[in-house]
Amino acid sequence: MKLHEYQSKDLLSRFGVPVPAGEVTDDPKEALAIAEKLGGKVVVKAQVLMGGRGKAGGVKLFDSAGPAAEFTKELIGKTLVSIQNPAGMKVEKVLIAEQVDIAKEFYLSVLLDRSEQKLVVMISAKGGMDIEEVAETDPDAIIKLYVDPAFGLCDYEIRAALADAHIPKEARGQMVGLIKSLVKAYLDADAELIEINPVALTPDGKVIAADAKVAIDDNALFRHKDYAATSTDSAENPIEAEALRRGIAYVNLGGEIGIIGNGAGLVMCSLDEVNAAGGKPANFLDVGGGAQAERVKSCVELVLMDKNVKGLLINIFGGITRGDEVAKGILVAFDQLNVNIPVVARVEGTASDKAREMLASTKIVPAETMQEAAQKIVALTR
Amino acid sequence: MSILVNRDTRVLVSGITGREGGFHTRQMIEYGTNVVAGVTPGKGGTDFDGVPVFDSVQEAVDKTGANASLVFVPGPFAADAVLEAEAAGIPFVTLITEGIAVSDMIRVVNRLKANGKTRLLGGNCAGIITPGECKMGIMPGHIFTPGEVGMVSRSGTLTYEIVWELTRAGLGQSTCVGIGGDPIIGTRFIDVMKMFEADPRTKAVVMVGEIGGSDEEIAAEYIATMSKPVVAFISGRTAPPGKRMGHAGAIISGNTGTPQSKVDSLQRAGAVVADKTSEMAGLVKQALQKIGAAV
Repeated sequence: MKLHEYQSKDLLSRFGVPVPAGEVTDDPKEALAIAEKLGGKVVVKAQVLMGGRGKAGGVKLFDSAGPAAEFTKELIGKTLVSIQNPAGMKVEKVLIAEQVDIAKEFYLSVLLDRSEQKLVVMISAKGGMDIEEVAETDPDAIIKLYVDPAFGLCDYEIRAALADAHIPKEARGQMVGLIKSLVKAYLDADAELIEINPVALTPDGKVIAADAKVAIDDNALFRHKDYAATSTDSAENPIEAEALRRGIAYVNLGGEIGIIGNGAGLVMCSLDEVNAAGGKPANFLDVGGGAQAERVKSCVELVLMDKNVKGLLINIFGGITRGDEVAKGILVAFDQLNVNIPVVARVEGTASDKAREMLASTKIVPAETMQEAAQKIVALTR
Repeated sequence: MSILVNRDTRVLVSGITGREGGFHTRQMIEYGTNVVAGVTPGKGGTDFDGVPVFDSVQEAVDKTGANASLVFVPGPFAADAVLEAEAAGIPFVTLITEGIAVSDMIRVVNRLKANGKTRLLGGNCAGIITPGECKMGIMPGHIFTPGEVGMVSRSGTLTYEIVWELTRAGLGQSTCVGIGGDPIIGTRFIDVMKMFEADPRTKAVVMVGEIGGSDEEIAAEYIATMSKPVVAFISGRTAPPGKRMGHAGAIISGNTGTPQSKVDSLQRAGAVVADKTSEMAGLVKQALQKIGAAV
């Protein structure tokens, strides 16, 4: 799950990372008090998990507390829209923080290198801009430092990497400490990404994390109950939030053909087939292994919450999942949910004969193969 | 011949008394797998459908000579179960559990690598089957048939889909290996490719990859040196970047893990890459005919 900026900064400061003073609020009156306490010269940042937040008008600098509070009033409840997130996200909270004077900007991140099967720290003197662009245009400007899984990082390795990255000498001592704190935070908090962009070097020579992005490994939330409680906040789409609550692997894709299948690989393959047939998938949904009728029904219901869905493709290869249980779930869903869009079902594997029999006398269109199913649903929704 | 498991494999099930572990243990026994022991701490001395249950892996190994461990225990305890099997000297561990924290897998995988005593398959995988001899996993046994095609895949149900095509086309399998859909796994494509290349029974290899990571690209470098034909399929070719498609590993981030880079590097290595799963059996037949193998 992605953490909000204020959560990320709270977390990192617990590990000794210097962050700008600030507080989060949803109340303009409180915003005034916070901004006054910080001396008036503040930045107000909408706490929404979307790209392009600044361009969408969610971040503004102020010289005094009054206008900062006014802006807070304006932002709370407003829906911000960006190119990355055309559906928009409603602002529930804002972060009010002291402005940071920046003399120089750097980039730091900690993430997993899957090929090396180790953590890697990425360091660059080119901070404050899109790191993927830096990787594209000037790959040598990014230095990678691998973390030994048994021993961690040694100071001399960090110093060498900082020199290689052309981080100015006056910042290196503080950067060594900062990197060690980030790696410790990554491991202790079960992060899957920590990114500080920019790391600011102030005119008086202090290193500070001016922005922070932290994502926590969903599989490790059992060790971090405080975040688990807020995990549905981080969904980018209301149906995805509902899917999280129901424990269903669902991703909204914005198209018109709803897709339900079992197993991530098979579902991805079904998306590919729908695309190949000229359709646009509305979602990815994996019912999971051994799904019972009730769960299948819940999945159908979830997919139909998306009002763009004009047709539904169900693709099941039964192993542990029994075809007849899936058929039962589909029938219950039809019975209770008043489904009035075309549905194509392809059921193969365990108990598939029985499933086909159960679905035969209904409006559901059968298909023998995944390819045929994709072509049929695309044709039916034209 | 086959790779990793055969009729002599003596399987121990960690988490045998759990819902999943119990269900699949019965299925494996029905298939003919030699399940010799179960482990559930606190339930030592009991039995599960006639299979003796022990409190610890060491005790199970000492008393039954188990030489492979199949782990079903829930995510929070899975890493420990793998390390316990390693400590007891078991050379091969298959980890079925999904939803294991990445930080746990980093520790486990690097420790097993450093010690070099135990091979881990998975986590979040369907397991491994040498048809007619040993099923060590959760796949439906009836769709497999013995033969000469080796198979390695990141996805469970997509394996079933393609195996079913192969079986119906009269193409049996030597061993089918599910390596799992997580970002950090114990056995990777390249490892399995090397084993198939060395296995006299395997005549051709089917590889089923998906978006995310660069294991397919790494394997491609080895495939270029192989004597046996490889037919590949990549799932998620139309998945948008930045969205995680169920498998924790199936996400395109930045410029890595794109389907095109996988397809390109496999083709450069001389592998045949199918556009659709329905083409796989035909392409495998062609590949076998080309090398003069009886089909």
